Amino acid sequence: MSTTFIEGSIAVAKTVGVCRPHVISAYPITPQTHIVEHLSELVADGEIKAEYVNVESEHSAASVVLGSSATGARTYTATTSQGFLLMIEVLFNIAGMRLPVVMTCVNRAVSAPINIWNDQQDSLTARDSGWIQLYAEDNQEASDMHLQAFKIAENKDIMLPVMVCMDGFVLTHSFDPVELISQEQADKFLPPFKPEYYLTPKNPLTLGTMVGPDGYMETRYFIEKTMHASLQVISDVAADFHNQFGRFQGGLIDTYKVEDATLVLVAMGSIIGTIKDIVDELRAKGQKVGVLKVRSYRPFPKDEIYKALSHVKEIGVVEKAVSLGYGGILVNEIKSVFYGKPKTPKINGFILGLGGRDITADTIHQVIKETVKAASEEKFVGLNEALIGGK
Amino acid sequence: MSTTTLTAPKEQSCTLLASGHTACTGCGEALAAKLVLGAAGSDIIVTDATGCLEVFTTRFPQSSWEVPFIHSLFENSAAVASGVEVALKALGRQNEAKVIAQGGDGGTADIGLQALSGMLERGHDILYVCYDNEAYMNTGVQRSGLTPFDCMTTTSPCGELSWGNKHNKKDMPSIAAAHGIPYVATASVAFPKDIENKVKKALSITGPKYMQIHSPCPLGWRSNPQLTIKVAKLAVQTGLYPIFEMENGKVTKVRKVTTPKTPVEEYLKIQGRFAHLFKSPKGKEEIQKIQEIADRNVEKYGLA
Amino acid sequence: MRLDLGAIAKAGTSKANQTGSWRNYKPIFHQVKCIGCGLCKIYCPEGCVTMIEKKKYTVDYTYCKGCGICAEECSSSDIEMIVEEK
Repeated sequence: MSTTFIEGSIAVAKTVGVCRPHVISAYPITPQTHIVEHLSELVADGEIKAEYVNVESEHSAASVVLGSSATGARTYTATTSQGFLLMIEVLFNIAGMRLPVVMTCVNRAVSAPINIWNDQQDSLTARDSGWIQLYAEDNQEASDMHLQAFKIAENKDIMLPVMVCMDGFVLTHSFDPVELISQEQADKFLPPFKPEYYLTPKNPLTLGTMVGPDGYMETRYFIEKTMHASLQVISDVAADFHNQFGRFQGGLIDTYKVEDATLVLVAMGSIIGTIKDIVDELRAKGQKVGVLKVRSYRPFPKDEIYKALSHVKEIGVVEKAVSLGYGGILVNEIKSVFYGKPKTPKINGFILGLGGRDITADTIHQVIKETVKAASEEKFVGLNEALIGGK
Repeated sequence: MSTTTLTAPKEQSCTLLASGHTACTGCGEALAAKLVLGAAGSDIIVTDATGCLEVFTTRFPQSSWEVPFIHSLFENSAAVASGVEVALKALGRQNEAKVIAQGGDGGTADIGLQALSGMLERGHDILYVCYDNEAYMNTGVQRSGLTPFDCMTTTSPCGELSWGNKHNKKDMPSIAAAHGIPYVATASVAFPKDIENKVKKALSITGPKYMQIHSPCPLGWRSNPQLTIKVAKLAVQTGLYPIFEMENGKVTKVRKVTTPKTPVEEYLKIQGRFAHLFKSPKGKEEIQKIQEIADRNVEKYGLA
Repeated sequence: MRLDLGAIAKAGTSKANQTGSWRNYKPIFHQVKCIGCGLCKIYCPEGCVTMIEKKKYTVDYTYCKGCGICAEECSSSDIEMIVEEK
């Protein structure tokens, strides 16, 4: 298998291309643009046979793929930040209508103040939308994840949309060696999309009905149940991928030197790579540290996380988003994993990297030092003391 | 005179909008949708915006649609239809069905205007039908961009300082036509044959088409359900609702108003939404302003 | 119908909903003066007026809500609205 030195966005676009999407619709927004620009080029050059729909907003981009998916087409869209927020109404709708759309959420901070740099506030804002959310650590994973995403979404027992989240600029605009997926390989891995129900005069169904108090709650129950069922499917698809491609980036989670660790950092996305370097550094000094990557954030793999961390004494949860008025988001979900269990580790949460704030080796060292301390409220790490009055 | 009525034959409902829908009695929109589907035939896929039509036809587990139907949200009927149309193309199924997007006046001219503009500009082969009942009826008769001047709604009430809606009805057909699309038409439920002809003509043209059908709402207009057709007819005969076709941006055909012309009072006085205009002498001046709107329409479209 | 897969409904199933129970007034199709113009059928918002034969139309009371449009628009005043007896 050959490796190409390629920009993350282009690698993702090429992978989406070999997934044979019928319809792609998107609205440009930094830093998602390189993905959709490249896809539109692939369409313009006839390299992929798809309809590329230039829309007038992200709301319509999501609505176009909704309509296409309901007509039986394999569909793809991509956005970030403000565009993502504008899409949210449609995102809930896509999930509620059980349409297996795949999208890339390029992770970026949300306004105000306007900020085009990376954090993960956008996708986390839609954690309750009914979309499966997968977070990529590097560009190889981001690229591979899209092929897996279609297979998960279109599984007849799942039929839920899948969002691949990749950090804006950090991944999308960085050049890395990536093993690209060929058309032949993709076709072998991903069967054609054959939905059970779709819009056709041959079987005139009504989609998007109004459901009253007598049935609405059940529709939520069915999605929740399917989310749980998708835990196995996500694992299986990652295993299938491993079998065919020899690459494994984790199923629901991935662990690095966690088995004998006493202290583990938990995180999502590209920050995992930075943490791994520090883990190696500290391991060399004899410190038993490790890192756990949450790859599938929705569904949230409680059991897998517990299994991996049940022996750990200290956990530091590192996240690039905040639930204002509460604190960390992921940290509270990690804490809930241990609720009612015989042993509860010390868990500290850290909010960092918001709006593209640098995350350096020093930041991670600081996090590890704080994790050792007594458990406390989530801390903002890397604040500029001069800007907040030296407090 | 016999009072017995013969029983209906077996093949009862031959309409593509099935009976049993829960529209109010005398609903103009239900009638308009029935007529549009009747003209279009069964080889269609329809989308619909959130609103009365969607609510009274798709209460799960029932549906009144005999054709494939999709509702998603309030403002995205045109975008969803765009998705349906490109999917048919991408899947090589473009000969399977014509695509018709639907929405009420709010879903079309207000919240859905952007998505509609996108659909018209991109050249999709879709007929967009706006059922214009001149207010947000599904939420309880609030003012929309297509509510007429001086009309009373729950958010444009009349009062010491108000004669109702302060603004003129948005000229939606011209907005649609400005996109350079091949076909724009207005119609009224009062003239079913005209609706049929226009739907058939629109569907014979490739590209984006816009049709706006005046559909009285007895509840919101505070008119007698029995008079739905009469009210609709008067809107056209007075010149307040000009009926025309625009092909490639030019008005090519109009429905003439009656001669001598019917004064707008005839139309206004049978609707509670304009009743406040008849309660004081000052209301006469307002009615005169409405007459001027009708006169301008007659002039602009050559309806006389 | 599939509530579990996005609440999909089957075509035309609203026919199970007998909206005739809403009726306060009832159209009587006398079938005497009928000239067969068909306006009663065309204008019915419920789609529940049918032609039995030329110049003979009838209404399905299962669905008729009694709006009275058919009576109002009848070219030959052959349809009469009477108070529904319940």
